[in-house]
This record gives sequence, structure tokens and C-alpha cells, in this order.
Amino acid sequence: MRILVLGEFHRGAPATSTIELALVAARLTGDPLDCAVLLIGAGPLASPPLPVPLVTVEHPSCARFEAGLHARVLAAAVRELDPAIVLAAATSAGRSVLPAAAASLRCGLTADCTGLSLDPLTGDLLQVRPAFGGSVMATIASPGSRPQLATVRPRSLPVPATWRPVTACRRLTLPESTFDTLGVTALGAFSSPGLDHALESADVIVAGGRGLRRAAGFGMLSELAHLLNGSVAASRSAVEAGWIGHEHQVGLSGRVVSPRLYVAVGISGAVQHLAGMRTSGTVVAINRDPRAPIMQAADLALVGDAWVLVPNLIERLRRGGGLT
Amino acid sequence: MRVAVLIKQVPDTDQVRMDEVTGTLVREGAAAVPNLLDLHALSALAGWFSENTQLSVTAISMGPPAAVRALREALAMGAHEAVLLSDRAFAGADTWATALTLAAALRLLGPFDLVLCGEKATDGETGQVGPEAAVLLGLPFATRVRQAEFEPAIDGTRVVTVTRELEDGGDRVRLPLPCLLTVTAAACPLGLPTLDGKKRARRATIRQLDAAALGLAPVEVGLAGSPTRVVRVERPVLRRQTRQYAPGDAEAGLDDLLDTLARLGLRPSDDPGAR
Repeated sequence: MRILVLGEFHRGAPATSTIELALVAARLTGDPLDCAVLLIGAGPLASPPLPVPLVTVEHPSCARFEAGLHARVLAAAVRELDPAIVLAAATSAGRSVLPAAAASLRCGLTADCTGLSLDPLTGDLLQVRPAFGGSVMATIASPGSRPQLATVRPRSLPVPATWRPVTACRRLTLPESTFDTLGVTALGAFSSPGLDHALESADVIVAGGRGLRRAAGFGMLSELAHLLNGSVAASRSAVEAGWIGHEHQVGLSGRVVSPRLYVAVGISGAVQHLAGMRTSGTVVAINRDPRAPIMQAADLALVGDAWVLVPNLIERLRRGGGLT
Repeated sequence: MRVAVLIKQVPDTDQVRMDEVTGTLVREGAAAVPNLLDLHALSALAGWFSENTQLSVTAISMGPPAAVRALREALAMGAHEAVLLSDRAFAGADTWATALTLAAALRLLGPFDLVLCGEKATDGETGQVGPEAAVLLGLPFATRVRQAEFEPAIDGTRVVTVTRELEDGGDRVRLPLPCLLTVTAAACPLGLPTLDGKKRARRATIRQLDAAALGLAPVEVGLAGSPTRVVRVERPVLRRQTRQYAPGDAEAGLDDLLDTLARLGLRPSDDPGAR
């Protein structure tokens, strides 16, 4: 096997990012049967349709996600299956499990790649990753080190819209010592209200900053986000003002997002914020200061007061204006 | 309770400029500062432990000699001692070689009951060094911690229950000590240097350890010990052609915005009451 993909579940089914990575693996190798998705759970696991064969590891101690345990299971599966490449989505899960697996496999790992290709001569995985908020794109390889590990930013690589499901499934049995929890207990996950769509996978993000002048501005932005089927985000200063939770913060000390549309309202555009959203598709900025950095980083910049422009925009969207 | 806080020195993002022509960030000339999330980890300690808890906090950084500045800031913010891991052989380390070096230092200076660091550094943004170091030390770990409750020892084992910050919510994990936690900015508002801390920071002698002191061979560390190699660096041009509308042209601006939304296929969600 050449490529093993660490699978993730989302509400009981393989996550979109997992299917995406399986398709990336199939494209890289040119042979879907030379790849596999690894799903870890308490079992028995259903075998959902995937573009590449499935490998499952079932053990009662894997009922809930725990990064350290999943990393030990992944490392043991890698020793068993001997893939040249191991990929995981650059999600909170993937980015916690892969470093731990890399450390126990004593091999290299590249974080948050947005491009992958194979060097035709050496077979090295050429991993492109943005650094410093996307202002530098570095290509990274691990010559002579196998396996090669990478986490891949969801939605960053092109994948075919349709694919042929593969039904092959293999249940892997690993030594019982693999499942030692080291005394760690996963107590379960919860979802936060207001984060209906994770910011990282949102198509549309409406973000607010200090220019909203008061917390109520986020009520207005929620309404706009709802009309556009998007999620609400914030700059660091709005979070520090206590207007909205840190889980909504975009920027170097928060989340890095890349939606198709990013609407920045009352955000000046400090470098630390721009670095978290500058790879977005279309950027719209609403700000009173025509010289605010965000205005230069936007495709469309409206100079004016958020409390005038946003209600006006909401009203026109409600009327169905602008739709053809 | 002995706590180690890992501190990375990074370019100050508040001083990083945007290149007007290429739209890329210019790091050159930006002062080196401690990674903010590492300082959040240090600040969080005050909230996690009562004043009765005897805490001994060691700040550890790997970097060039100039990184003592980041460590002095950590001392001013409450660390009791600071250790700099510095050696020409450490240069060019990837996350694996960095984690190996930090793990060797934690072993030499330990044992610690708790190891903390930021969830990621604001320059490399990998978030890998924490979990890698934990595994190298055989410690359980939790990433993206926003809240931690330390419970009294049961059968001689202390446990901590943490709440982690995930994409659409979070989860809770209980870990025995010793363990390693990487924290998000939500763990605690950033503390301020205290007067006492500033005095201590000025006076403190910062111990320096090189590869030999850590028992590491030059081939294990730095670029030589790194499995990954940067084979190419490009500076992509990310400049947008901005269409700007002045306040007097607000209506035209909104027209443009609605056209843009239509072009993107972003229609308002169905709301029967609105039509």
C-alpha cells in the first residue's frame, strides 16, 4: 500500500474531508486500490462507500476520540501496512494525532499542506504549505525518510465531483498493548451554539471587529450570516472586548479560514487578522476608514458605518434584491 | 508542583509590514517576541492553581542567544527560572528535531508534573512540537486546551480534566499527571508583567544548555537531525483589485455587493415571510 489516509467520522459517517483525501490519494497514486482509509472505532464499524478500500481497527477503548490513543493505533497500523505516505486532514483531530504518530514512528511531518505531488524520480512527496499567513509558500520533502506524513488543509486540493465507490474492507487486528490508554479518559464532545458550520469548512463567513462599537453588532452580523448561510467570526479586538467567544476568532492567534466569501465588518485589518483570512475567495470590507488595511485587502470595499450599511444590506437581501 | 512552559521566540506580528506591491508579509526588521500563545499558557497557571499551591515554573526556549529576551519576558510574567537551549547545531531544526531537543531538556531538568505550551506558534503555525515532545517523553497530552481543572490526588495520582476547543464545539478529557497540555488563547487573558517579576527578570541568570549538555549528538539535532527539508520557497502574489465606494456612493456599493453575491451563487436562505 502506498498511501494510508487517517479517516474521521462526522455524525457517524466518514467526514467530507476524509473522502476528499481518499480522492487525493487515488489521484496521486493513479490507483485507488493502492490506497486505504483507516477508520478507528469501538466497532463493529459499518463499511460506508469510499473511493478507496477501507481498513478498520475496532476496539472497545476507541469508543471516543482521544488523540494519544488514536496516534498509537495509527502508528501500529502503519507498521503493519507499511505505507510510503500517511495523510490526515488538517483538522483539530488530524493535527493532534499526526504529530504524536510521527514522533512514535520517528519520521517527518508537514502541517497544513495546500498542495501535494510526487517527485517522479525519487517518489518523494512534495508538500506545499503556506507559512506566515500564506505570504510564503514552502515546498517540503522528506528525502530518505519513510513513511512521509502530512496533514492537508480541507478544501484546498481539487477533487472530482463523482467517483466510483470501492467496497473492499479489511479489519486489522493489532496487539492488545496498542490500546493502552495511559490513564487518559475521553469524556465526550459537545457542540457550541452559534458554530453551526465550523469556520474552517464554512462557504461564507461574516466577521466583525471593534468598528461595530458594541456587542449588539454581532446580533446584526448573525442575521446577515444566516441570510447568506454562513458563519460568524471576529477579530482579536472584538473577542478581547468580550463581545463574542474566542472560538470565533480568525487570525494568527485564532483560526485560519478560507471561505468562498469573507465579509469583514468594522475590522481594520491588522496583519495578524489578515493572515487568518487572506486566502479567502472574495473579500468584502465594510469600514468607516477608507485607508484601513482591510480595504486594500478586499475585492469590494464599502466606506461607511456598519450600523447603516449592514441593516440596509440585510433589508435588500430580505427583499430578494440583487438576485437574478 | 513543578511546571515547565515551552516558549518560542517569533517575529512580532504587530510589527510585520505588508509589502504594498506583492501583498506579502515582510518579517524582516520585526522584533523578536515570545509567541503569544506560549505566554497565555504561562498566564493560565495563575487561574488554574490557588495561591496555596506551591508552584515552581521553569520557562524553556530553544533558540539563538537573543532568545534570552523572550525568556526574560516569561520571568517577568511569573516564571521562576528560565533555561535557554542554544547551540549552532540546533539551527534549521524542523518540528521533529525541535521536539527531540526540548524533550531532552525536559528529561534533564525534570521531572515535571506538568508541561505547557501554546497550541501553535504564530510564525510556523504547525502546532506539532507539543504532541511530538509529549510522545518522546511518554507523556499523555491534550491539545487546544481552553480550560483545565486540577483535582486532588487519588491514590497518589493527580488528575486534570480539560476542555478542548474544536471546530464546532469542544470535548472534555481527563488525564493523569504528569502530562503535556497545549493551550489556546481562550485559556486565559494574557497576564501583565509584575513589578516583582520585572525585577527578578532583570537580575536572573539564565542558564544555557548546548547539545552536549543535553546528551545529544550534533547529527540528531538542527537541520542534520530533521527528516523534512524545505526544497523551494515561493512568495505568491496575493493582490486584489479593490473596487472602493465612498459613503456617498453607498447605494452603488450595495448594488455591486448584491451582484457579487449573485455571481457567487449565494442566495439568501428561504424565508417565506420575507417575500
